[in-house]
Amino acid sequence: MDTILFIIFAVIAIVCGLSLVLQKHPISSALSLIGVMGSLAVLYWLLGAEFLAAAQLIVYAGAVMVLFVFVIMLLNAGSEKASRKSWFAQIAGLPLIMAFVAVMSFLIVAYLPPSRLVEFGNFAQGTARQIGVALFTEYLLPFEMTSVLILIAIVGAVVLARKEID
Amino acid sequence: MNLWLIPLFPLVGFLLNGLFGRRLTKPVINAIAIGSVAASFAYVLWLVSSLYPISNSHTDTYFTWIQSGALRIGFDLTIDRLTAVMLLIVTGVGLLIHTYAIGYMEHEQGYYRFFSYLNLFMFFMLLLVLASNFLLLFVGWEGVGLCSYLLIGFYYLEDFANNAGTKAFVVNRIGDFGFLLGMLLLVVHFHTLDFGQLATAMSSLPVEAGLGVLTVITLLLFVGATGKSAQFPLYVWLPDAMAGPTPVSALIHAATMVTAGVYMIARASFLYNHTPIALNVVALIGIFTAVFAATIGLTQNDIKKVFAYSTVSQLGYMFLGLGVGAYSTGIFHLMTHAFFKALLFLGAGSVIHGLSGEQDLRHMGGLRKFMPITCWTLLIASLAISGIPPFSGFYSKDAILLAAHQHAPWMYWVGVITAGMTAFYVFRAFFLAFFGQYRGHHHPHESPIVMTLPLIVLAALSAAGGFLSVPNWLAPMFPHAEAENTTLALVSAATGAVGILLAYLMYVAKPALADAAATSSGPLYQLTTHKYYVDELYGAVIVRPLEQFSRSVLWKGVDSKVIDGAVDGGGRRFRGVGGILRQMQSGTIRNYATWVMAGSLFILIVLGLTGGAR
Amino acid sequence: MHHVPLSWYLILSVILFALGVAGFVYRKSIITVFMSIELMLNAVNLTFVTFSYQLKQVDGQIFAFFVMVVAAAEAAVGLAIILTVLRNRATLQVDEVDSMKL
Repeated sequence: MDTILFIIFAVIAIVCGLSLVLQKHPISSALSLIGVMGSLAVLYWLLGAEFLAAAQLIVYAGAVMVLFVFVIMLLNAGSEKASRKSWFAQIAGLPLIMAFVAVMSFLIVAYLPPSRLVEFGNFAQGTARQIGVALFTEYLLPFEMTSVLILIAIVGAVVLARKEID
Repeated sequence: MNLWLIPLFPLVGFLLNGLFGRRLTKPVINAIAIGSVAASFAYVLWLVSSLYPISNSHTDTYFTWIQSGALRIGFDLTIDRLTAVMLLIVTGVGLLIHTYAIGYMEHEQGYYRFFSYLNLFMFFMLLLVLASNFLLLFVGWEGVGLCSYLLIGFYYLEDFANNAGTKAFVVNRIGDFGFLLGMLLLVVHFHTLDFGQLATAMSSLPVEAGLGVLTVITLLLFVGATGKSAQFPLYVWLPDAMAGPTPVSALIHAATMVTAGVYMIARASFLYNHTPIALNVVALIGIFTAVFAATIGLTQNDIKKVFAYSTVSQLGYMFLGLGVGAYSTGIFHLMTHAFFKALLFLGAGSVIHGLSGEQDLRHMGGLRKFMPITCWTLLIASLAISGIPPFSGFYSKDAILLAAHQHAPWMYWVGVITAGMTAFYVFRAFFLAFFGQYRGHHHPHESPIVMTLPLIVLAALSAAGGFLSVPNWLAPMFPHAEAENTTLALVSAATGAVGILLAYLMYVAKPALADAAATSSGPLYQLTTHKYYVDELYGAVIVRPLEQFSRSVLWKGVDSKVIDGAVDGGGRRFRGVGGILRQMQSGTIRNYATWVMAGSLFILIVLGLTGGAR
Repeated sequence: MHHVPLSWYLILSVILFALGVAGFVYRKSIITVFMSIELMLNAVNLTFVTFSYQLKQVDGQIFAFFVMVVAAAEAAVGLAIILTVLRNRATLQVDEVDSMKL
């Protein structure tokens, strides 16, 4: 059962990723990204990270992507125009990426024992309780720091995006 | 005994006149210039008289100039009998010429500059004479070469003077190259350049029969002497050096600088006594130059040029004397020559001064009515140079010729013929200038006392100088069996007289004879008047090819293409590489991202290969 | 087969990451580039969760959590910067914001 789910959602993720890269209009890319995030949430759940799956849907797909769509609409970002400037990226990009994928896959397959399987159920960690405990005991300092970070981000965003008062 | 004072006085004179002369008045400049030389002369007199009879040499060591491994060259000054003779000549004749120059240069520009250069010359010449090792002698040697250049080119607004100065310096340099090589060989073989140490080292060595190291050394040193003392083939600078003011010609190119070569060989006698081949070469070059220059002097029309070639010829006599092993006779002739040749030049200067610059003999004549003192003093000088007894030239020239006869009789006969030619051309000049009708357009007048007084003093010395028997004085240093052969002496004197009579005949009694002789000997006459075209030969064979080579190969080829090419090319290469590397910084983020990808891929591969992924 | 090998998750994550890089390198609009960055971050999150499962520790998920938080903050500030760039350069093309070149 979980295998089928994995395959379905992995395919959806890849297709949406491809569509993100290949679409012309930014809105279409944004919607593809939402699709990727959704399928990734399912994959997290398949790995036993329930809290994280929920957080992914709420925060990422729900807040961040909405923000993206908002800004795209605000900026009236249109389709892209061709550019002559970065010939190096155009030419060398694709071979490099392919090589990267190949090398990484090879390394993964070579170094990971093939008998390792993901069994659905018997998850040792991943519930909200466990994450909560870890967050508030072991990782208390980073937790508080991120709250400060968010505050800074809010202030920064407000300052950067406001209109100049003449 | 404070030998350093002797060159110091002229050096101080040079500095004072050189640095402040522009603001000083003429009397002050005169006082400084003459005073410094007079102080040197007085000190030399006092020193010689207090050390008389100078049985051995006294050396003052001041400081170590060079210390390199086993080689130590010190700033040492030596005085011995030979040095004493040279010092007296240099400071004494120098003082007379300085006095004369006050009158001669009266109306010239750059008055203070002239006297400062003259003092600088005295400094270097005295350093040369007092030096106790080859390198210090070479310092003086080069220094007098420099002053010669400065003074020949004194009238620097004239192109001819500048060229003559450069020619003198360059030809001297060629000789100096030989000198330098000789010194280097000495350093390599004996690890010292000090005269005393070398003499001791030589005393244990045998006489070299063939072409060994010592012969090479002495020949190289002689090359230097050839350049400095204007012997064949490096004599070409001396006639052109007449472009300088006449006191310069008298002091530097007659009495003192050109005799430096003679002095050097006499000083290095301990080397030359071991290399008979080199001595032979010295004698042969000497006699050849004597004859060669005398033939050219027969037909010159410029009074200073006649005397210049005469100097070259007389220097040849001195080298002949040295070359046959009779060093003291060469020095004897050096002294008498200083007297009568300086007198001849100063007298010529007096004539030129009286004629407001005329130097061509064809435009002179009958001057004995206008310039009696000059006329009589020049007569004495001419008699001396012709070797007529009892004037000084007879004794010195005779000593050389007798020594030559002992060595090889043919040298004696050639020398006698040259003596005859010498008498002829000197009296030709004398008769052309002072007898007959005045052929010029100026108003001749006698020179002031400041010029005629040195003439009179020098005339007295030329007349009586022969009785200062230098060979006897130098006998402890240069032992030589004095040859006494009255027949030969009379023969040489008679030849001189014949020369004088011939000149009288051709230029006073029957002037038409001179022109007839000139036209009848046609090509020979042309040859001698144009100095055997030696200058043209040098120009075509040496100077022009060198210039061409320098211009086309060295300048256009090596300098422009190779050196500039390498330097510019290096710069261009860097620019090129930089230009390529610059394109990485394109400003577009996508290129940067691609580079990051490439880099991380590389790291991944490396990690994977080395198993670091574990 | 009943269960999914772990390596498949990792390879999926690599593919998604590569897609993100491709988007970053080949797209010309700044917003699309930004979205590719988000895709890359998500791919990395998947790797973290996978290893958290394998090592039976919760730290992987905590890390993924923090990545999420930071990505959200970064998205906010980044979009504000894009707004500023648009105001100053009047363009959303990445290639035209290239003043820092030699």
